[in-house]
Amino acid sequence: MNFGYLFAAYSVIFVVIFLYVLFLWRRQAALEQELTALEDRFRALTEKGGAPRAKVRKV
Amino acid sequence: MKRALTTGLGASGSALLLAALGMVFLYVPTEATQGIVQRIFYFHVPCAWIAFVSFALVAICGIFYLWLDQQVWDDLGYAAAEVGMVFCTLVLITGSLWAKPIWGAWWTWDSRLTTTLILWLLYGGYLMLRAMSEDTAQVARYAAVVGIVAALDVPVIVVSVRLWRTIHPAVLVTRQGGHGLEDPRMVATLLVSIAAFTLFAAWLLMLRFATLRTRTRLNELARHLALNELSRRGEE
Repeated sequence: MNFGYLFAAYSVIFVVIFLYVLFLWRRQAALEQELTALEDRFRALTEKGGAPRAKVRKV
Repeated sequence: MKRALTTGLGASGSALLLAALGMVFLYVPTEATQGIVQRIFYFHVPCAWIAFVSFALVAICGIFYLWLDQQVWDDLGYAAAEVGMVFCTLVLITGSLWAKPIWGAWWTWDSRLTTTLILWLLYGGYLMLRAMSEDTAQVARYAAVVGIVAALDVPVIVVSVRLWRTIHPAVLVTRQGGHGLEDPRMVATLLVSIAAFTLFAAWLLMLRFATLRTRTRLNELARHLALNELSRRGEE
């Protein structure tokens, strides 16, 4: 008789987790795009005259 | 090594989650008084467990961040807060879906429900603070303090069923001591579910933590690149 509530509860759990994984995947894709843009900037800078001088500190 | 660990956690968590689902619907007996809807409990309790552990981790990371001032602690705390928030949301939703047929209401201002809602609101505030501000050390320090203060609600939730008059079932540790699960199959199903959720949540935490670490490193690289570009332009 209460199968609807049971079904809804388990569906919500899997849908929410799926949406969160999707959100993580999209964040990762956005970061990869940013990395590509950064690589292009770096290439342009080294072509102009040597590697960047400032050291990147470990974070 | 890290990638193998992440993949292993994801694969084992998913496999165990499927096993737990099979046990919930095919193995465990139906509870006599509550009927089929009691089966929500086998995923509701592990969600609460993950939320509490995640928020405790936020507090621990907050303490280490304030103490050592290392970005890695802030990133780990942020990742744990996000994972905890997902599971705390699931606790409230699945709890409501159980309460409607059992209590006849989606929500009551019971001590355990209210303290859990307060926890959800506190970490909602934490995540809003992170989302709406710049990634600065000052915001990270504020967030660390909020994370530590908010986690004080976790032990209050755990003992709320013993401290106040409540209608929420005290299943894991009853008021008389011991646990409220009569059948060993119920205990086994709950333990498998908790193990599955722990592995799965650890996988989510590692994924989010890796994203935040990459974001931190990218920000640092972008900052140095911009400095170099400026100095080159100055020389020209």
